Amino acid sequence: MSAAASTAIQRVGRPVGGGRRLPVSWIGAVPFFGYVALFLLLPTLIVVVGAFFSDSGLTLSNLTGLQKDFIVSAFVNSVILSATSALIGAVGGAILAYAVATGNPSGSFRRLVLSACGVLAQFGGVTLAFAFIATIGQAGFLTLWLQQHVVDIYAGGVWLYQLKGLVLVYAYFQIPLMVLVFLPALDGIRPQWREATESLGGRTWHYWRYVAGPLLAPAFIGATLLLFANAFSAYATAYALINQGAIIAPLQIGNDLTSEVGLHQPGLAKAEALVMVVIVTVVMTLYALLQRRTAKWLQ
Amino acid sequence: MVDARLRRPDFLTRRSLGVLASSVILLAACGQASNSGSSISAASAQSASDVGGMSSLVSAAKKEGQLNVIALPPDWANYGAVISGFTAKYGIKVNSANPNGSSQDEVTAVQQLGKTSRAPDVLDVGMAVALANTSLFAPYKVQTWNDILDAQKEPTGIWYQDYGGYMSIGYDSAKVPTISSIQDLMGTAFKGKVALNGDPTKANAALNGVMMASLANGGSLDDISKGVDFFHQLNVKHNFVPVQATTATVKNGTTPVVFDWDYLSAAHGKDVPSWKVFVPNNAVLGGYYAQAINKNAPHPAAARLWEEYLYSDEGQNLWLKGLARPVRMAAMQKSGKIDATAAAALPPVSGTPVFLSADQATKASAYLAANWAQAIK
Amino acid sequence: MSAVRARRLKLRIFRWIVFLVLGAFFLVPIGAMFEFSTRGVGEAAPRTLDAFVTIGQYPDLVGAIVNSLELAAITSMGMLLLLVPTMIWVKLRLPGISRVVEFICLLPLTIPAIVLVAGLGPIYLWIALNVSDSILTLAFAYLILVLPYTYRALYAGLAAIDVKTLSEAARGLGAGWGTVMWRVIAPNMSGALLNAALLSVAVVLGEFTIANLLNYVNLQVEVAQLGRANAAVSIAVAVASLLFVFVLLVLLSFVGRTRSHRLRGAQ
Repeated sequence: MSAAASTAIQRVGRPVGGGRRLPVSWIGAVPFFGYVALFLLLPTLIVVVGAFFSDSGLTLSNLTGLQKDFIVSAFVNSVILSATSALIGAVGGAILAYAVATGNPSGSFRRLVLSACGVLAQFGGVTLAFAFIATIGQAGFLTLWLQQHVVDIYAGGVWLYQLKGLVLVYAYFQIPLMVLVFLPALDGIRPQWREATESLGGRTWHYWRYVAGPLLAPAFIGATLLLFANAFSAYATAYALINQGAIIAPLQIGNDLTSEVGLHQPGLAKAEALVMVVIVTVVMTLYALLQRRTAKWLQ
Repeated sequence: MVDARLRRPDFLTRRSLGVLASSVILLAACGQASNSGSSISAASAQSASDVGGMSSLVSAAKKEGQLNVIALPPDWANYGAVISGFTAKYGIKVNSANPNGSSQDEVTAVQQLGKTSRAPDVLDVGMAVALANTSLFAPYKVQTWNDILDAQKEPTGIWYQDYGGYMSIGYDSAKVPTISSIQDLMGTAFKGKVALNGDPTKANAALNGVMMASLANGGSLDDISKGVDFFHQLNVKHNFVPVQATTATVKNGTTPVVFDWDYLSAAHGKDVPSWKVFVPNNAVLGGYYAQAINKNAPHPAAARLWEEYLYSDEGQNLWLKGLARPVRMAAMQKSGKIDATAAAALPPVSGTPVFLSADQATKASAYLAANWAQAIK
Repeated sequence: MSAVRARRLKLRIFRWIVFLVLGAFFLVPIGAMFEFSTRGVGEAAPRTLDAFVTIGQYPDLVGAIVNSLELAAITSMGMLLLLVPTMIWVKLRLPGISRVVEFICLLPLTIPAIVLVAGLGPIYLWIALNVSDSILTLAFAYLILVLPYTYRALYAGLAAIDVKTLSEAARGLGAGWGTVMWRVIAPNMSGALLNAALLSVAVVLGEFTIANLLNYVNLQVEVAQLGRANAAVSIAVAVASLLFVFVLLVLLSFVGRTRSHRLRGAQ
C-alpha cells in the first residue's frame, strides 16, 4: 500500500513546483467567481460607477455632496448602531447557542429552537417594528403596565424611536442569526477536550482560555462581522420606527432614491452606497488583523 | 435628477417609436388593418377616435387581456373598488404591483423595466414627479377631456389630474380631545401622539402637511418655515413622534393624530369608528395627483381603456366614494351625474382652498432639505 | 465525580435561565402581535379571528406562496452546489484567496437592497428580454443574497473538521473529488449544511425589497398587499407568514436527522 498511497497523497498535497499546478487549482474556483462576477460584482460596479455620474455626465459632485453635516452624522450613527447591535447580538447569540449546543443533539427541542432562529433571523421591517410598538410603544401593553405599577418609561421622550430603540429591536434578529452561524462551531467541541484539560489539572477558566477559546475565536469574530454588516445595511425596520430625519445611512440612501418632492438624487444615493462598501471593507481589514493577532496570542 | 445610466431607455424608446410609426404606415399602405395592427396603433393613439372609437378600443384592450398598475393600494381613494370595477366591466386582469410604492418608485419601475411585459402601463403620481418625467409619458386625451379645467391638465395630454383632497389632521376622538385649531396639538393631552404621514423631504403628503401647518401658523405658500417651527415646538414638547403611521399604529393607539390627505385619513374610519377629520379653516391646502400613460406600456390599448374608465362617470364616482374629490366633480354636479350621497359624505371644508405651484413646491422642499432634520432632532 | 455533577447542575440552571429569559424576549412581541390581530373594530368589540379567516379568501396568496417555495428550493440547492465545493476547494487548494472569497461573500450585505436593485435592474432587464420573464429568475439574485449568511454557517462547520486529513485519506484510498465532497466531507458537516439550508429558505421566504422593486409578486409582496385591507389583517397575515415559515423549517430540519443520528451513534 505504502508506495501507491504515498504517491497518491503527494498528488493531493500542497501545490508543489508552482506554475504547472496553479491553473488546475484555479479551475475549481471558476464556477463561483464566474457567477459572482455576473450577479454581484457587475451590479456593484454599476452602483459604484453611478456614483460618479449625474445628469450632466461624469462628475465628482456626488462625492463632494457627501460632506454635508447630516450625511456625515448619518454614517457615524450607522457605525455606532451596527457595532453596538453586533456586540449585543454576538454575546447574546453565543450564550443562546451554547445553551442549545449543550443539549440533546438530536432532540426535538433543538430542532424547534433552530427553526425559530431561522424564522426570526429574517423577521424585520414594518411588522417587527409593530411587534415592538405593540409591546413597548406608547400604547404597548408592557408600557401601560409599567406606567401603572412601576414607572413611566417614556417620561423623557419615546426612546423606542431613537438609536437606543433601534439597538433593542435589532437584537431581535441579530441574536437568532448569531445562533445559526455560530452553532456549527460549538457543535465541533468534543467532550474529550474537557476531559483532557481536567486530566492535566486545568479548571473551567483554563479550558476556555487555552482550549475552546482559541478554537472558537475565528468563527466568533467572523460571525460578529456578519452581524455588523447585517445591522449596517438594515433599512426597512429603521424606516418603520424612525420615519423622520433619516438619521442613519440606509435611511439617507432611501430618501435620495425615492423622494417624490424633487429631492431625488440617485447619484448621491450611489455615492453613499460606495461609502458603505468602503466602511465595511475597512471593518473587514480590521477583522483580518484581529484574527491574525488573536491566533498569535492564543497559541 | 436622472443619471446617465438611466438615459439609455429614453434613447431606445425614441428608436422604437420610429419603428412602430413606420410599421403603422406600412400596414395602412397595404390597406389592411391586421389584428396586431390595432394594438400597434393603440400605442400611438392620442384619443379613442384614433383607434376607431370606444368599441375598437375595448376589443383591442380585451385582446391584450391584462393591465399592469403600480402603487395603487386598495384603501387609497377606493382604488380597490376601481380595480375590481374595471375587471368586472371589461374582463381584463389587473396586475397590481408595489402597493406601498411612492410616485418616484413608479417612475423608477418604468425606467428599470423598460420594454418588458411587467412594466407599469399607467401611473398615478404626485405633480412634482409628473412634471419632472414628462419624457416617459405618451399623450392621450380621454373622451371627457373638456370637463377637466385647463390648469389641471397638460395641453397635449401628457398628464392630467385625477383626484385630490385637502390636507387634514385626522384623529381618534376616543383617545384625544376634539381638535378645533392646530394650536390644540401643543397641549399636554397630545404627548407622544402626533405623527406626519412620512418624511417631508421624501413624501408629497408630508410636505403638504408641513405647509398646511405653516399656513395655519401665519406662513404662506412661499414660506414653509412657520410649519417647520411648529413641528420643532411639537417635538420639543415630546408631542411629535417620528414613527411611521400605519393602519395598525392608528388602531392600536400609537399614532392617534395623523397629518394626511383627508381621503387617506378617512380610510382609518374603517378600523376606528371614532376617527374624525379636521381641516383648519384658515389653511385649506389642496393637492391633486395626476394620471399618465407609459410610452412603453406593454398593454397600450388596456392602458388607454383604463384612463377612459377612470374619467367616466362611473370611475369618478368610485373615487368620490373613497372621499377623494374627482377632477370632473364640478362638471358632474352640473350634469347631475354625481353620486350625491358620496358627495355629502365629504368632510366639511370652510375657507378658500389654495394649491402649491410647482415653483412654490420646489422652494419648500429646498428649505426642508436644509432645515427639517435639524428641527426634529 | 461530584465536581462533574456540580458542573452539570450549574449547566442545567444556566440553560433554563437562558431559555426562559430569551424565550420571553422573543415570544412576547409575537404574542402582542397575535393579540392585536384578534381585536374587533371599535373599543368594546369582542375578540375575533375574522382577520385570519379573510386571509384564506385571497386567491392570489396561494400563487405567491408557491412562487416563494419554488424560489426557496432553487436557491438553497443552488447555494449548496455552488458554495460547498468552492469552500472545500479553496480550503484545500487555494488557501491564499480565502480572504477574497470571504469578502465577496460579505459584499451583498454591505449595500442596502434598495440600491442593489439599481445595479441589478439592467441585468434583469436583459434577462427579461432575452431569457425569461418568470419570477424564478429571482433565484439568481437570491443566491447572492444568501451568500453572507450561508458562508458563515458553512465556515463554522468546515472549521470544526479536519478537511485536509479527511480528503487526503479518501483520495489515498482512490476516491474521486466528487466522492470526497459528497460522501466524506459533507456528512461530517451536516449540521452546518442544514443550518445553511435553513438560512437560505428563511431569507428567500422573507425577502421583500428586491422582488417588490422588480415588480414581481412573491410571498412577502403579497403579504404587504393583503396588509392594506385593514389593520388587523395586516398583522394577522404577518403572524400567519411567520408560522408558515416556522413549520416549514421544522419539517426541513427532519431531513438532516437520520444522518447525524447515525454519526453520533458511531462515535
